[in-house]
This record gives sequence, structure tokens and C-alpha cells, in this order.
Amino acid sequence: MSGESSKTRIARRAAREVRDGYYVNLGIGIPTMIPAVLPEGMTVLFHSENGILGMGPPPSPGEEDADLVDAGKRAITAVPGASYLCSDDSFALVRGGHLDLAILGAFQVSERGDLANWSLPGRLTGIGGAMDLVAGTRRIVVTMEHTTRDGQPKILRECTYPLTGRRVVNLIITELATIEITERGLLLKEIAPGVSVDEVQRATEAPLTVDRWLTLME
Amino acid sequence: MIEIFATAEEAIADVPDGSTIMCGGFGLCGVPENLVRALGAKGTRNLTVISNNAGVDTFGLGGLLANGQVKKILGSYFRSSEICARLQASGALEVELLPQGTMVERIRAAGAGVFGVYLPTGVGTCVAEGKEVRLFGATECVLEYPLAADYAFIRAYQGDRLGNLVYRKTARNFNPVMAKAARITIAEVEEIVEVGELDPEVIVTPGIFVKRLVKGARYERRIE
Repeated sequence: MSGESSKTRIARRAAREVRDGYYVNLGIGIPTMIPAVLPEGMTVLFHSENGILGMGPPPSPGEEDADLVDAGKRAITAVPGASYLCSDDSFALVRGGHLDLAILGAFQVSERGDLANWSLPGRLTGIGGAMDLVAGTRRIVVTMEHTTRDGQPKILRECTYPLTGRRVVNLIITELATIEITERGLLLKEIAPGVSVDEVQRATEAPLTVDRWLTLME
Repeated sequence: MIEIFATAEEAIADVPDGSTIMCGGFGLCGVPENLVRALGAKGTRNLTVISNNAGVDTFGLGGLLANGQVKKILGSYFRSSEICARLQASGALEVELLPQGTMVERIRAAGAGVFGVYLPTGVGTCVAEGKEVRLFGATECVLEYPLAADYAFIRAYQGDRLGNLVYRKTARNFNPVMAKAARITIAEVEEIVEVGELDPEVIVTPGIFVKRLVKGARYERRIE
């Protein structure tokens, strides 16, 4: 399976976590693909922490406005009903628990839901809003490829990279599986077509409990 | 009250070596580029800069870094700045990374007369090391202190002759909160309008927070 199609499938599955009426923050990478695969007819307002609630798709070429960008510094548009926020209000809504959901990328997630997604070990150059998002948002979904490029597990007993937050992740969605973080560790909820439980476990350092209602990922 | 300057160079002429300067903007969006350019030309040194980002090497704060004018920078995300990484590695620049929301709340506190804030952000991570952590109900929080500056360089869309400011789209970002947190706030605007032209209902930064106003001579409007 190609990298491109597995990322799209992760985004499609993650889009099902978004409900009508939600306020949602999307991290960089796979999460940015989600608005394009959301079902029609849903009212969802996307927040970008640089200061917009109601972010729309990228503008047509030539229509970019240097005063209208997202937290990844890409040109965006504003949907009808959007509002602009100063940075203090933007993080008041984050830390204050007003977002329904944040969907973020990750380098590593531990079996207790610790998240490492801002820096590789070594020189630390950018936190951005990641630590605030995981501290304040009531539901954190991680989308990522299940292993590193050289096949090493990213779902671990303990994260080895600098942490973004402790015990903050609720759900992990990869191209292989959907895994819930529970009080008792990792619960394998869904598995990709053509993939065995053993294969998912081999690609995961921390032990998995298989949900009694294990289903196929759509 | 406010003083209106004809050029960015005049507006920053008295900024001494060793100053702490807050600089608005997110990435290259809403950056007070004329004031930063003027400070680069003036050559003020030993600066401590508080800014979410460090510009890119050819624009914004990157120029001040390249000139060796900055001894320390505090902010949340410097990954776009090669020069920042190079200076940090060589020991020529001290870099302090802050979570973005913690940074902005510390700035807000400084401007609002709040002397400490307990924030849940960063508990159990490297940014909380050595700081007081206190339990509120079930939530651990880190004690953070206000972050103030000698000068704030900010950018707005329009300002009237009393220094009331309105912003444009996401170019607002850190500018309004930084305007409140410095001893001397210098605002550059794209347009200066007469008193009464701005609707009081939409003014974001009341002129009381602004000491100096200047119309920016040139805007590049770059997207990073």
C-alpha cells in the first residue's frame, strides 16, 4: 500500500470522530486532510491557534491573502460565520476546554496516553500550541502511521522523545488499527482489512487488549 | 498620550542597547516589519526579543539575528529560522522555548496587572522543570510569571490619531496582547485615520495602550 493512500484512509477514519456542531482544532500533517473528506451538510468550525475560528479551505491560486493564514502559515480562507481572535483569546478557548476535539499528529504515544509530538530528542526548536491543546481539549485523537519509516513501533510502553503532555491521548488511528487508550492500557477497537491482530501487535511495543467487539476499519 | 511619528526610524530612535522588545506577528503574518527593519538599520545591540517566531532568514526578525543584535529570544516556534538554529548551536544566542498559550498568557498577565498564573499546560514536560506545580482539584498546574518588555513593536491595519487600533484578519494574533505589556508600545499601521473614523464598537486596542504611532512605509505582504 502506498504512503499516500494509507494517509488518506487514516484521514477518512479520523473524519468519523468529527460530529455535527463540533469546534475542532487540527494539527499539521494527516489532520489537515480531514476537512476535505468530511461528509456534506455538517456544520463544523475549525480553529487554528494563530487566531481564527471558522477556517476554510485554501484559496484559489492568486487569491492568497498574506493577512489570512493558519497555524502552519499556509494561506487559508474564512467560512461564513468565522471570527478572528487575538492570541490570548485563541488560547483561552483552547486551555479553557471550549474545543470539542483536537486531531493531532504524533512521533510517539505511550500506553497511558502520553504524547510526544513536538520534537525529536536533541535541539528543541518549536513547541507552538501543541502543549496547550493537549492540556485543555477534552478529546485528543492522534492520527499517524503505525510505525516509523524503518519499521520501529511508535506506540510504546514509555515515550522516549520529549513529551507534549502526560495521559492526554484518547484514541489512536493508524493505517493498521484504531486503538483506544483506557485506564487498563491499549484497547484494539478496529483493524484494517487484510491485517491480523498479530501483525498489529508486532508493530506495537505496548501490549494490546483485543476488544470483544473488534470490527473492521471502514 | 500618543505621539505620531513620520517614519519608523524616528519612532524607534531612542531604543537603547540591552532593551527587551516584544514583537507581534505569527510567522510573517502581522509582523511590524517597518519597525523591525528600522531597528536593524539602527544597529541596536544586546536585545532580548519576545516573539512567537524568529522570522525567516531574509525577513522580519531574521535580519536582527543575522546582524548579531539579539542576545536572547523567547518564543514558541523557531523551526523556520535557520539562522536562529545556527546562532543557538554556536552559543551566540540564548533561546527560551515557551508553549504558545503559556507565552501569551504570561504577556496578558503582565499587561493586566496579574502577578502569577497557574496553567495546566506543560505539566510533566521539560517546560515545567524547576517550576512550582500545584494541584487544583484533579488538575496539576504550573506557576508562571508575567512577561513584560521595555518596548512592544506591534502592527495594526488602521490607527486613528489617538492610537485606537483595528486589525485585519489573522494579522491580529499577538499584536493586541503585546500592546498592553510594554512600557512603550510603538504601533505601525497601514493607514492613519482621523479621530472618529473608527467605530468604537470595533476598536480592538484602545489608544491608552499605545504610546507611539507611525504609518509603515512599505509592506511586503509575504506568505511564508
